[in-house]
Amino acid sequence: MTTVAATAQVAHGHHDDRPFIRKYIFSTDHKIIGIQFLFVSLFFLLVGGLLAMQMRWQLGFPGKPMPGGGILPETMAPGGVILPEYYIQLVTMHGTFMVFFAIMPLLVGVYANFLIPLKIGTHDMAFPRINMWSFWSAFAAGLVMLASLFVPEGAARAGWTMYAPLSARHDYSGAELGQELWSISIVLLGLSSILGSLNYITTVINNRAPGMTWFRMPLSVWALFITAILGILALPVLSGAAIMLLFDQILGTHFFDPPAGGQALLWQQWGHHMFVSGMNPTLGSSFMVSTLVIAVPSAVKTFNWMGTMWRGNLRFTVPMLNAVAFVAMFVIGGLSGIYMAATPVDMFIHDTYFIVAHLHYVLFGGSLFALFGAIPFWFPKMFGRLMSEPWGKIHFWLTFVFYNCTFFPMHILGMAGHMRRIYDPTQYDFLKPYQPMNEFISISAFLLFATQIIFFVNFWWSLKKGKPAGLNPWQDNGLEWTLPSPAPHGNWERVPTVYRGPYEFSSPQVPEDYLPQTRKLPGDREPAAVSAAH
Amino acid sequence: MTHAAATVDQMRPPYPAERGLDVYNTKLGMWVFLASEVMFFAALIGTYIILRFGAPGEWARPGIVLNIKITAFNTFLLICSSVSMVKAYAAIQDGDPKKMRFWLLLTILGGATFVGIQIYEYIHLIEHGFVPSGVREGSELAELVAKGTLPAATMGLYGSTFFTMTGFHGFHVTCGVISMTYLYLTKALPGKYTKQSYGGIETVGLYWHFVDLVWIILFTIVYLI
Amino acid sequence: MSWWLPLKGSTFAGEIDGLFIAILVITGIAFVIVEAGLIWFVVRYRARPGRKAFYTHGSTRAEVIWTAIPAVTMVALGLVSNHYWVQIKGRNSIPPNAYPIGIHAKQFEWQVTYPGPDGKLGTADDFTVRNQLHVPAGRPIVLALSSEDVIHSFFVPQFRVRQDVVPGMDIKAWFQATVPGTYELGCSQLCGLGHYRMRAQVFVHTPEEYDAWMKRAAQGEASE
Repeated sequence: MTTVAATAQVAHGHHDDRPFIRKYIFSTDHKIIGIQFLFVSLFFLLVGGLLAMQMRWQLGFPGKPMPGGGILPETMAPGGVILPEYYIQLVTMHGTFMVFFAIMPLLVGVYANFLIPLKIGTHDMAFPRINMWSFWSAFAAGLVMLASLFVPEGAARAGWTMYAPLSARHDYSGAELGQELWSISIVLLGLSSILGSLNYITTVINNRAPGMTWFRMPLSVWALFITAILGILALPVLSGAAIMLLFDQILGTHFFDPPAGGQALLWQQWGHHMFVSGMNPTLGSSFMVSTLVIAVPSAVKTFNWMGTMWRGNLRFTVPMLNAVAFVAMFVIGGLSGIYMAATPVDMFIHDTYFIVAHLHYVLFGGSLFALFGAIPFWFPKMFGRLMSEPWGKIHFWLTFVFYNCTFFPMHILGMAGHMRRIYDPTQYDFLKPYQPMNEFISISAFLLFATQIIFFVNFWWSLKKGKPAGLNPWQDNGLEWTLPSPAPHGNWERVPTVYRGPYEFSSPQVPEDYLPQTRKLPGDREPAAVSAAH
Repeated sequence: MTHAAATVDQMRPPYPAERGLDVYNTKLGMWVFLASEVMFFAALIGTYIILRFGAPGEWARPGIVLNIKITAFNTFLLICSSVSMVKAYAAIQDGDPKKMRFWLLLTILGGATFVGIQIYEYIHLIEHGFVPSGVREGSELAELVAKGTLPAATMGLYGSTFFTMTGFHGFHVTCGVISMTYLYLTKALPGKYTKQSYGGIETVGLYWHFVDLVWIILFTIVYLI
Repeated sequence: MSWWLPLKGSTFAGEIDGLFIAILVITGIAFVIVEAGLIWFVVRYRARPGRKAFYTHGSTRAEVIWTAIPAVTMVALGLVSNHYWVQIKGRNSIPPNAYPIGIHAKQFEWQVTYPGPDGKLGTADDFTVRNQLHVPAGRPIVLALSSEDVIHSFFVPQFRVRQDVVPGMDIKAWFQATVPGTYELGCSQLCGLGHYRMRAQVFVHTPEEYDAWMKRAAQGEASE
C-alpha cells in the first residue's frame, strides 16, 4: 500500500489531474489542508472579533443602543441594547472562537500541516487520510459552535473555561442546547487535534529527509513536534472532561454536580491560577512554583530572540516588523504574568481586567503578531504570490498602536479591581469613575478591528494580483524554499538531501548571506541513509 | 537516491534520516494513538477514584447491582480473544495465512460476543432501574435504596462512572471488532498478508491488547473492589 | 479615576501592595532593558547594502547569565510571596479570636449570617441579612463561605481579599478591616447572567458603631 501511494505521489508531482473535489475539498495533500485551516480560522478570527466589538460597545456605552444592533433578534438585543444573557454568550463565544477556532488552528492546524512535510523534506504527512479527517472534524466542530449562536436560548453562557457546575446544569446557566452544542463541538475538536498530533509526531520521527537529523531540524518543527507531544497527552484528558460535561448535560450524570456528590473543582484540575478556588493553601504554593517556572524559560527565550538580532542585518519587511513586535508584546505579557505567580498579588488581581490584559498580551501579542508575520512570509509558498508590502506596513503600524491603546489600559482597570465578565461596570460605584477609560478602550478596539479590514483586503487582493514570488523571495535556508511557489502536489520529485542546520546565515563559507540546507559545499559529507541507498 | 527507501517495504520507516526507532509508520502511529488512549482512560479512572473516595457516603457493595458472574465470563472471553490475536500474529509471521485467517476470525467472534453480552447487561441493568443518572424512580433498585440496602447518597455517582467507563470501553471494543472485520474482508481474505507484510495485523493487535488490558483494570475496580 | 491601587482597607493591603510595587520595579527594569534593547538593535543593526551579519554560534556564558538572573529573581520572589501567602491563606493563619460571619452565595445574592449578640455562629440568635456585610474595624473577621449553586467569588478590592466560593465545600477566609467606611463586595467569578449585579454593600464600622448596629439588627430592624 505505502509503496503504491508513494510512487503515485511522485507521478503526480507535476501534472495533478485529480478532480476539483479531491484536489481542493476532500484533499489529502498536507498543503491544501493547511490552507483550508487558514481560510477557516481566519473566518473564525473575524467572528471572534465581531463578538468582541459588541462586548466593547456594551462596556464602553452600557445600555445605549448599539449601531447596527437593530438587526439582532429581541432575545439578544431588543432595540440594539445588549441584554445580560446575550452579553455572557458574547464573553463565552469570543473566548471560545478565538482560543479554539482561531489561534490554536492558526498556530498548529495551518503551520503544522503546511510546514512539517515541507521543512523536513517529505512528500506528505505519514497518514494523509487521517490528516483530512482531522481537518473535517475541526470544520464540523466549527459549524456546530457557530450554529449554537442561533439556537433558542442562544449559545453557551459559562465562559470559555466552562467552569462547572455553572456549565453542567442548564437551570444554572439558562441555556440548554447551546451548552450541549459547545461540549459536542469541543469533543469533535479534541478528536481533530488528537488525529493531527498523531500525524505530526509520526511524520517528524519517521519521515525526515536524509541528512535532516534532529539537530538540523528547524525550531519551528521542533516547537510543533513538542506541542504535538504535549497535545497527545493533554487533549485526551480535556476531551474526557468535555465528554463528562456533555454527559452531565444530556444523560443526567453527576460528575460536576455537588448536591449529588460530584465535584465542582474536578473541571479545574487541569488549569492553573486557581489559588483562590478553595484548594489546600499548600497546594497554592506548589502552583506558584510551577507558574514561576514558566517565567524563566520565557525570559531565556526573549534574550535568545534579542541575541539573534544582535549584530544582525535586519531587513524591515512586513514579516520582520511583526516578528519584532511579537517579541516586544510577548515581553509585556510575560512580565504581567509574574504578578500572577506571586500568590498574594494574584489574589487581588485574579479575575480582574489585569488578567484580561495579560491574556491578550500573551494570546494577541504573542500569537497574532507572530501570525501577521507568518502569513505574508509563507503566503508565496502557498499561493505563488507576495502580499503587498506597503499595505502590510500600514496594517502593522495601525494594529500596533490600536492594540496597545486597547489592552494596556486594562492593566489600570484591573488594578482598580474591575472584575472580568461583568455586563455593566456602572453597577458598581467604585467603577463608575473608570467609565472614560472603558470608553477609550472601546473606541481603540473598534479602530483595531477596522484596521484588520486592511489585512483581509490585502490578503484577497494578493491572491489574484500579488507580485509573483519566485522560489525564495526572503532568501531563507529552509527546504521549502527550494520548491517552486506554490509548492506542487507531492512536493519533491526526489526527496532532498540535507547538509546542514537551517540557520546558517552570513556563513563565511559563501558570499551570500544565506546558505540553503540542501546546498552541497565541497567537504560536506553525504548522510548515511543516502550512501546506503546508492 | 531514488525511491529506493520508500519502495523497500511497508514495514520500514520511509526515509531513515538517522538511526531512530526503526518502526514503520502505522505501528508508530498506533503507539502514539495508544499513548493518547492511556491518557483518556487515565482521566476516566482518575475521575472515578476522586469521586469514589471523595464521595459523601459509602459506595454500593459490588454484587448488589451488577451481575459479577456473567461479566467474569465476559472478561475471560476477552482475554481469550487476546490470545487468539497473538495466535493470528504468530501464524502470519510463520507465513501461514490460512491459520492466520482462522485465528483472526475467532478474535472477531470473541470481541463481538463480548459486546453482545455487554449490551445484554446494559438492557438488564436499565430494566432494573440502574441508569447513568443513578437509580430510576419506582424501579426495583429504588426499593433497595429505600430499604437502605443501597446507599442513596452515592448511587448517582455510581451510575455516572459505571456507564461512562464501561460504555467507553465497549465503544472501543466495537471499534476494534469493526476494524478487524474490515481487515479480514479486505486484506486477509484476498490474501494480501504475507510473511513479509503483515503490518495491519500487528497494528490492530496492539490496539486489541490495549483494549483487553484496560478491561482487566476496569473489571477489577468497578466489579470487584 | 485613580491610576493606582485602591485604598488600603485591611491589614493585608500594605503587604500585598508592597509586593506589587516590588514586582512593578523588577518587571519595570526588565521591561525597559528589553524594549530599549530592541529599539537599539532595530536601529543599530538595520540592513545596509554590502554588509553581512556577524556569524556566530552563540555564547554559553551569555546563556548562563540570562538564565541565572531571572531564575534567582524568580526564586527570591517566590520565597517572599510564599511568606505572605502563608500569613494570609495558610492553614493556621486564621487568628483564634476572629469574629465569625457566615456568607452563603447564591445566584445572584450574598446572604450574610451574623452570629448575633453571643458572637457565635450556629446558635439561635443568628440572623441573616441579604447583600449587606457589616464588620467592625480593627478586629479579625473569619468568613465561613458556602455556595447554593455554582462557583462564586468573594471580592472586596479595598481589603485585597478574594476567595472562591465552591458548592459542596466549606471554605474559610479571614481579613481585618482597618478603615471605617462604605465599600462594595462583588462576585468576581462568572456565575450566570446576573453575575454583574451580584453586589453587596460593605460597611466597616468602628467597634462602638458595630455593637450598636448589632443590637438594632438583632431585634430585626436593619434587615433588608
